Amino acid sequence: MEKFITHTGIAAPLLRNNIDTDAIIPSREMKTVSKLGLCDGLFAVWRYLDEKARIPNPDFILNQPGYADASILISKRNFGCGSSREHAVWALKEYGFKCIIAESFGAIFYRNCIANGILPIQLSSEKIDQILRHKNNEIDIDLRSQKISFAGESVVFELAGNDRESLLEGLDPISSTLQLSEEINAFRNADQKKRTWLY
Amino acid sequence: MTSSLFEKLWQVHVISELGDSEYLLNIDRVFLHERTGSIALLSLEESGRTIASPENVFCTMDHIVSTRLGRNDNTEMPGGEKFIQATRQAAERAGIQLFDLTHPDQGIAHVVSPELGIAQPGITLVCPDSHTCTLGGLGALAWGIGSTNAEHALATNTLRVQKPKSMRVNFNGTLSDGVSAKDMIIHLISLLGTAGGSGYAVEFAGEAISNLSVEARLTLCNMAVEFSAFTGLVAPDEKTIEYVKGRPYAPSGEQWDKAVAHWQTLHSDPNARFDQEVNIDCKDIKHSVTWGTSPQDAMPANGQVPNPDELQDISSTRREAMQRALQYMALTPGDDINSVKIDAAFIGSCTNSRLSDLRLVADFLRGKKVADGVSAICVPGSSRVKREAEAEGIDKVLIDAGFEWRESGCSMCFYAGGETFGPNKRVISSTNRNFEGRQGPKTRTHIASPLTVAASACAGFIKSA
Repeated sequence: MEKFITHTGIAAPLLRNNIDTDAIIPSREMKTVSKLGLCDGLFAVWRYLDEKARIPNPDFILNQPGYADASILISKRNFGCGSSREHAVWALKEYGFKCIIAESFGAIFYRNCIANGILPIQLSSEKIDQILRHKNNEIDIDLRSQKISFAGESVVFELAGNDRESLLEGLDPISSTLQLSEEINAFRNADQKKRTWLY
Repeated sequence: MTSSLFEKLWQVHVISELGDSEYLLNIDRVFLHERTGSIALLSLEESGRTIASPENVFCTMDHIVSTRLGRNDNTEMPGGEKFIQATRQAAERAGIQLFDLTHPDQGIAHVVSPELGIAQPGITLVCPDSHTCTLGGLGALAWGIGSTNAEHALATNTLRVQKPKSMRVNFNGTLSDGVSAKDMIIHLISLLGTAGGSGYAVEFAGEAISNLSVEARLTLCNMAVEFSAFTGLVAPDEKTIEYVKGRPYAPSGEQWDKAVAHWQTLHSDPNARFDQEVNIDCKDIKHSVTWGTSPQDAMPANGQVPNPDELQDISSTRREAMQRALQYMALTPGDDINSVKIDAAFIGSCTNSRLSDLRLVADFLRGKKVADGVSAICVPGSSRVKREAEAEGIDKVLIDAGFEWRESGCSMCFYAGGETFGPNKRVISSTNRNFEGRQGPKTRTHIASPLTVAASACAGFIKSA
């Protein structure tokens, strides 16, 4: 997996609560059994006036001047709630998003971000407002120091240590877990003697 | 030492502590479906890895399959058959149990796994589907994950999990007549908001929970994800044990006795500590219906549509969200919800499509008719539910009343299968999500209990029974 250490990019504000994964990528946009080919369907309902003809909706943030190349998304509460579809993260990633900043996240979406090398940053509404007050939309994110910098100001964020390490190192969690095979097998052998009906 | 139900379930499965509240947990069972499971199976193959315990992995076809009678691999969604066929082939190569389109046990994942006894009290079960929390109704620790984490569970029999905090919601007292588990969970979400359970494993307890049937507990836990909870849980009791007994994948003989002895320890001890505790008085719970585009946008099924401008203690974001929702739903603040005309009624989904739901609906519909101009559809949660309902004549009652009777699947709970009631159509639905466009572009969804759906279908307006 690609490492996330630092990133500088344009931050697009999409300031609504409860943006669900159906809105991030509608089910009908998941057309093949693949993690790719999803970015055209990203935010399809809001992004296009006509979804089939792909006619852009000029009111949508990513269609506005200066935001088409956004790589950081700023939102409000409970971003990525709803369906577990990892396609939401794959679509964001394919579009070019590296980081999502929100007041809170849907739990499954959050895990899917970490699994795909996208940095989910949870911030208070005050800190988000502080970033939004800054008119030049480019911001710097440094995962090593857990700091977001913009126009001479900065805010710090927290991330669970293992998630931070996983992103910084670009770890593949399956490989890491397979290295614990001995411990897993010992546990399952002992468990098999206790919960006999499950094995 | 006293422990909560969640703590006991957690401890049984901890292989090791990975630091910073992350744990490596043993995963007992994995369930997959053709929408997100297919990609997990294919991606696992591409990585050159194999399934560690194929005997513990199950797969169903539910999300995009057609639910029309006489169906085949073709779906209303263009290209859907590719998902179905890729899943079928990958499942066969992997040597896992597949409940294929024509299998007698095909159905919605979270309906099939309890009815076959695959989901049992005390186990960990994961599925790349957010409504996996349904199975907490049996006292299983079950939660939804993404496809990549499903691959992890398949390859290693484990998952790395950030330990959630614990919450207990006590439903005190008894429910009013006809008020259901669906109304209980909608009430909770409307009270604390869709993010109310964020970061928590939520145990539902209290007199009203003990009084619920096991199937109703599955309904209750189904919407724990709409509360943003890690999962929902109900302690297994005699009803649960009776429910599991004799099911095809349930233990039997000596194994049954050992399992039951373990299940009987799975409850929160007196004085167990919770990070948060919420008390709800059941007499405050009414027949509910949603008016907006989030499950928290709920109101009594005989009330007036709320006015965001009259609410003092809400944020500007919430006010805007309410206004946007009212616009999407084409409702005016102050409207009597019972004067809101519906175009369609849908009974189905992993929330409310089990035999007990259909029995309740049939009892109400007997001798009644769906109102003119209302398109009414019932989709049983599994092929087994369909057969059992037909054996009781439930299909006949529904068809006589004017409902269409379908094959099992997720169907119009969402637009994945490519079928919809249409733009600007107003649907009363026994499902779990009323998001914008969930049931199709511009379709307006009101979530309610199956009984309220049936009563509304007959009235032609939103109405409780």
